[in-house]
Amino acid sequence: MNGRFSARSRDNTKPDRQRTASPLSPRRGGTGNFDHMLRVALPIVVLAFGLAIWEAVVRIEHVPPYVLPAPGLIFHTLISDWALLFRSLLVTLATTVEGFLLAAVGGVGLAVLFNQSRLVEYSLYPYAVILQVTPIVAIAPLLLIYLPQPLAVLACAWIVAFFPVLANTTLGLHSVDRNLTDLFALYGATRGQMLWNLKLPSSLPYILGGLRIAGGLSLIGAVVAEIAAGSAGAGSGLAYRIAESGYRLNIPRMFAALLLLSVAGIAIFYLLSLANYLALRRWHESALDQER
Amino acid sequence: MDKPTVNQSGSALVALRDVSKAFPNGTLALAGLDLEVRTGEFLSLLGPSGCGKSTALRILAGLSEPTQGAVEWPNAAPQAGGESPIGFVFQEPTLMPWASVFNNVMLPLKLQGVRTGKAGARVMAALDRVGLQDFSRAYPRELSGGMRMRVSIARALATEPALLLMDEPFAALDEITRFKLNNDLLQVWQALRTTVVFVTHSVFESVYLSSRIAVMTARPGRVVTELAIDAPYPRAQNFRTSPDYAALCRRVSDALAQAMAAGAEP
Ligand SMILES: Nc1ncnc2c1ncn2[C@@H]1O[C@H](COP(=O)(O)OP(=O)(O)O)[C@@H](O)[C@H]1O
Ligand SMILES: [Mg+2]
Repeated sequence: MNGRFSARSRDNTKPDRQRTASPLSPRRGGTGNFDHMLRVALPIVVLAFGLAIWEAVVRIEHVPPYVLPAPGLIFHTLISDWALLFRSLLVTLATTVEGFLLAAVGGVGLAVLFNQSRLVEYSLYPYAVILQVTPIVAIAPLLLIYLPQPLAVLACAWIVAFFPVLANTTLGLHSVDRNLTDLFALYGATRGQMLWNLKLPSSLPYILGGLRIAGGLSLIGAVVAEIAAGSAGAGSGLAYRIAESGYRLNIPRMFAALLLLSVAGIAIFYLLSLANYLALRRWHESALDQER
Repeated sequence: MDKPTVNQSGSALVALRDVSKAFPNGTLALAGLDLEVRTGEFLSLLGPSGCGKSTALRILAGLSEPTQGAVEWPNAAPQAGGESPIGFVFQEPTLMPWASVFNNVMLPLKLQGVRTGKAGARVMAALDRVGLQDFSRAYPRELSGGMRMRVSIARALATEPALLLMDEPFAALDEITRFKLNNDLLQVWQALRTTVVFVTHSVFESVYLSSRIAVMTARPGRVVTELAIDAPYPRAQNFRTSPDYAALCRRVSDALAQAMAAGAEP
């Protein structure tokens, strides 16, 4: 048995295999089914209660629909205008997804570039910050002058979404374990190996955190630009529908479009959270259950 | 106790000659450190916390440059990416949390371009040596502290290094686990006939493990005393409780106390 740790000589401590939490409750899961049920049921109860009061007030007070439509009417409008609204939803979602993907590629790419070359970082980083701190609502009209509308909308989605990815990835690339970096150096790792096998995987939780923010922001960017654009056209998104319905005092459709936008935002958030969870559940603290 | 010592200490493998190290912030960590590491020995660097042990080890590994003095490799120096480089075990396990145990141990081989098929067998052999062959697919997060340190050791062994540098690898572990890992490390050392430089601030650990102990002064660190620990290998639990061990510990303790007093002088 010389030279090998015998099976018996394993540590007294057992491996503490982690239980994984649900993707959206990384810090609080694990207190049983009842708790989980409450977490789902309570918001639904609150929603139902709120809607019931809303409906009741509108009916009892005879509030006209152009002031405040009842939930029932909004739902009815959603169905009757579905074809129109759905087409608009797809337009906005397409812009959002494209803006998001460009932001992901651009943000991570630029962060890696900054990390590899300090000169590039010094030259460009201030402008990335300027782009970020200037309110997008103020940039949108300008972009609409110089770019065709679909491109301007996309540019807005990209501008607001890319900075969190850039900032988070940069932070991640700078947070690599020093000892691991030494270890890679000891074994003669090339820059490419260092980046691909150490820096990027180690930054993954940061990158995914940035992407989670970017998803929501890219929807906001698309909406802001659509509203700023304001003109009718074949490719009119949901935000445009909201503005247009406002001019026409079609308040129920306004609410219906808003509802769709919210649902889209929630869906994006959940999808990105799920991706985050799936990518990190085996190793990162943020995706692990607290219970040991 | 009549078994011969397994590892005959031989010629110098590597030496630090009059090494000083000042950090950019002005901290003088090492001043005039002389140390010779002999082939096949188990050498402990013993000194109080902050005396520059880690710094000396990093200089040996080539991870840090001495401000003055030189690192001498009488024979060929192990080149970065070479066949048999240096193994390094840090105080923390320093594993890649996103990679399985297997891929963590595979890392040095991968970085050196060993073909995957061949590397796989070597990874399993290294895991086998530390008793973790059944955990190759686990992730570091799923292991206990002691098991993670075993993975770290397996990773250092994967390239079958001629020189294994260990920086207080067991300092963060509980005593029971530490004693076990001490025994297991000695077995691996004897089987592989590698050279070990082991940094510790524990007199007891250094005496138990080492064939030789270099005692350092407080910062700025240098080696003031070198003590051969002649107790024969293999050493096991009965050595820990022997009067020999107690006597050796007392000698080394005294040497350490003197070294710290010497360091306090201007
Ligand atoms: N990168 C660094 N910059 C400045 N001072 C350092 C650095 N690394 C270590 N030191 C200082 O050098 C001294 C020796 O450190 P170290 O070699 O880590 O000691 P040990 O391992 O013996 O505890 C300490 O006082 C420490 O604060
Ligand atoms: Mg240290």
